Amino acid sequence: MSVAHAEHPRGLSRWLFSTNHKDIGTLYLLFSGIMFLFGGAQAMAFRAELLQPGMQWMDPLSFNQFITIHGLVMIFGALMPAFAGLANWLIPMMIGAPDMALPRVNNWGFWLLPFAASFLLLSILVAGTPEGGWTMYPPLSIVGSSGKVEIGGDLLIFSVHLLGLSSILGSINIIVTILNMRAPGMSLMKMPMFCWAWLITAYLLLAVLPVLAGAVTMLLTDRHFGTSFFSAAGGGDPVLFQHIFWFFGHPEVYIIILPAFGIVSHIIPAFSRKPLFGYSSMVYALVAIAVLSFIVWAHHMYTVGMPLAGNLYFMYATILIAVPTGVKIFNWISTMWRGSMSFEAPMLFALAFIMLFSVGGFTGMMLGMAPADFQYHDTYFVVAHFHYAMGISPVFAVLAAIYFWLPKWCGRRYDERLAKIHFWSSIISVNIAFFPQFFLGLAGMPRRIPDYPLVFADFNMLSSVGAWAFGASQLLFFYTVFKAVRGGVRESKACVWDGARGLEWTLPSPAPYHSFVTPPVVK
Amino acid sequence: MAGGNRLTRVRRRFSGRAVWSGLLVVFSSAVVAETQFNLTRGVTPTSREVYDLHMLILWICVAIAAVVFAVMFYSIYAHRKSRGAVPAQFHENPILEVLWTVIPALILVAMAVPATRAMINLYDHGDADMTIKVTGHQWKWKYDYLEEGIGFFSNLKTSDDEIQGKAPKGDNYLLEVDNPLVLPVNKKIRFVITSADVLHAWWVPAFGWKQDAIPGFINENWAIIDKPGVYRGQCAELCGRRHAFMPIVVVAKEEQDYRNWIAEQKALRQVQAASADREWSLAELMTNGESVYGTTCAPCHQPNGRGVPGVFPNLVESPITKGPVAQNLSVVINGRPGTAMPAFADQLSDADLASVVTYLRNAWGKNSGDLIQPSQAKSAKQQAAK
Repeated sequence: MSVAHAEHPRGLSRWLFSTNHKDIGTLYLLFSGIMFLFGGAQAMAFRAELLQPGMQWMDPLSFNQFITIHGLVMIFGALMPAFAGLANWLIPMMIGAPDMALPRVNNWGFWLLPFAASFLLLSILVAGTPEGGWTMYPPLSIVGSSGKVEIGGDLLIFSVHLLGLSSILGSINIIVTILNMRAPGMSLMKMPMFCWAWLITAYLLLAVLPVLAGAVTMLLTDRHFGTSFFSAAGGGDPVLFQHIFWFFGHPEVYIIILPAFGIVSHIIPAFSRKPLFGYSSMVYALVAIAVLSFIVWAHHMYTVGMPLAGNLYFMYATILIAVPTGVKIFNWISTMWRGSMSFEAPMLFALAFIMLFSVGGFTGMMLGMAPADFQYHDTYFVVAHFHYAMGISPVFAVLAAIYFWLPKWCGRRYDERLAKIHFWSSIISVNIAFFPQFFLGLAGMPRRIPDYPLVFADFNMLSSVGAWAFGASQLLFFYTVFKAVRGGVRESKACVWDGARGLEWTLPSPAPYHSFVTPPVVK
Repeated sequence: MAGGNRLTRVRRRFSGRAVWSGLLVVFSSAVVAETQFNLTRGVTPTSREVYDLHMLILWICVAIAAVVFAVMFYSIYAHRKSRGAVPAQFHENPILEVLWTVIPALILVAMAVPATRAMINLYDHGDADMTIKVTGHQWKWKYDYLEEGIGFFSNLKTSDDEIQGKAPKGDNYLLEVDNPLVLPVNKKIRFVITSADVLHAWWVPAFGWKQDAIPGFINENWAIIDKPGVYRGQCAELCGRRHAFMPIVVVAKEEQDYRNWIAEQKALRQVQAASADREWSLAELMTNGESVYGTTCAPCHQPNGRGVPGVFPNLVESPITKGPVAQNLSVVINGRPGTAMPAFADQLSDADLASVVTYLRNAWGKNSGDLIQPSQAKSAKQQAAK
């Protein structure tokens, strides 16, 4: 096969016009890192306001704007691009393909993101900065506290469209690549778990992102073109938005977590030196979780006034997810059982993922109990739950993945001692930041408030201190990675970790710019 | 323990078992009774049933977590390469897999039974003794006693100075209002809940539930309060800038005390209506006006009258407060469609309306001398209503 383009391009045009899955993966990860730092800085700021009762330095409106942008940036700017970056780097190497199926679409899919993020961040500087939470419920998202329809909300809507488009393009690419470009002999049921996780995630994205686009477009027309989808005065219903949004929103949280599950299914076996327990059950569990995720959305809406039958149905469907999720947790532990484990940084983060996600999962069960949710809903109990389940856990999975595969990507080892310090300071601080929030919610603290009654003061202070410590710990991560990439000890082994299995571990370290130019044969 | 490197020894000290036993101690101690850590048992049948369900599910989750984490931590301890563990190669066990699929499913069914019962009870709002209509506004609640024909707004009473840290915070900081909702005990009370603008949610933890307030729609819920007392809650759906500053205070009284209170309220309204017929002095209007401004207008227009730039207009340098009196009255009575300024016709009595407009035109050094009598306010309202 002739390589008509430059063997290994350099300079600005390398990055602007890249059709190489490795470069595009790097771009996604860099973008995600920058967004993570921005969203994290916002969190440091509003946790400073929440350190003590009273309004110390933020206007309550600014506070609401901060938390809104924080949520959007973390979900759409940090987490989703991080997993997209990992997909780009890893999927072709894992299936023995030379690149993604649609390299130019890949480039476009990435470059949409900085534009989308610019719209979102621009909304901070103009009138009508979004203030209604990342969930954008009308009527507040139609007219803000000022009562006026202003451009900030429209910038958010355009941003969401572009973000969604980027993910849709990436998903199409992933599905086509996985279904068409696996090496000979790699049947679907021999495919690595990360690829399975992303295949299913990609279908979820294709199914629900258009629904989100529809919801925000209806917001746009309600705002400017005289429609009343969400206004009772015009014959519409604010709750309609909630149904449409959460039809996207619930699968979205599984979109965030499924690739993390995939990563953990690589790391636990590698560091246990033992094959993954129950490969087929793990695949079926992923499918079950994905299918169930479509039919549970209104558990986010138990208090809107749905009929009894509605609340009961959604409760029953919601708690069912515990079964396949439990299967996955038990399978990971069974993988560890009677293995021969070592605890380098990737393994530490992967094990922590299991525990953190379990906390998220158990509290999810509690939230699923509809009558009890009439107390938990819209309190810090929910905030703590979703940070454990889709905040901290996927972040830990991404950190695990970067430590795990970095030596393969750039042929350098990271400093294990620094990585362990990063791990321990992260796991301790993140629990100090978020565990007290469960108690705050049970004790009666609502969410999305910049100031609170005195009884909530102690745990808010604890949470803020933990949050700052967690933020500071991540700076150590960026330093560790930077240090490794620039001048870490060279890694020359193909199989960097002695328990690691998979086609990517047959490639040299660093992996060549074009790998698997001829497909390997898988037995 | 001789084996393992320093990190794994540290790990063992912070084992899941230790953490979870600690939590068990915490949850079972008397501390649990206080609202620092846990839901309140509350004062209604719903709150008690919800609390019991919550504790049941919590214990089930704690028990499962304890077992799962114990297994995990044991494995971390025992199955380590540094201890010389040799990896087994098994990767399936059909019996185990069936068991850990079926047993959780059965546990879920067991959980669903009490949950279903609680849900059915929560929806049982029929056969009530009285009905309260709750309307969410930005940023206060309105309560209407439908059978009694009285209604009033309930505004945050905590001062701006306390919020800004210029005065020490009272015990009920952010949980106190000027006009609490007074209810009788041991009567089934039906709440019909709606909103006048954006989404809000009415939540009194002691009642065991919250319900969204949705503009154009009516949600229902119910409570039977089993003992007198003061029960406090907060708005629980983000509704804009002052979402954190619109609390709920319920004062539950024995039935006779409640009936006395209702009688007092009706009498008070007659007195207020009468007071609108006499002439008020500038001083009276300014005093009352300052108080009305502080409760009703200051949340948006700020205590100093200068508003929030770009969001809520400055009233000190305002063509409305410096221009014709009729227009000033009209803006307050009718609001400004297309902005956050609501119509205050129903919210302000004639005396309060006259006082606050007088205040707007004389405060902050304006001293225009303009004086609006309650009777003028009354006719302005009647004009607007035509």
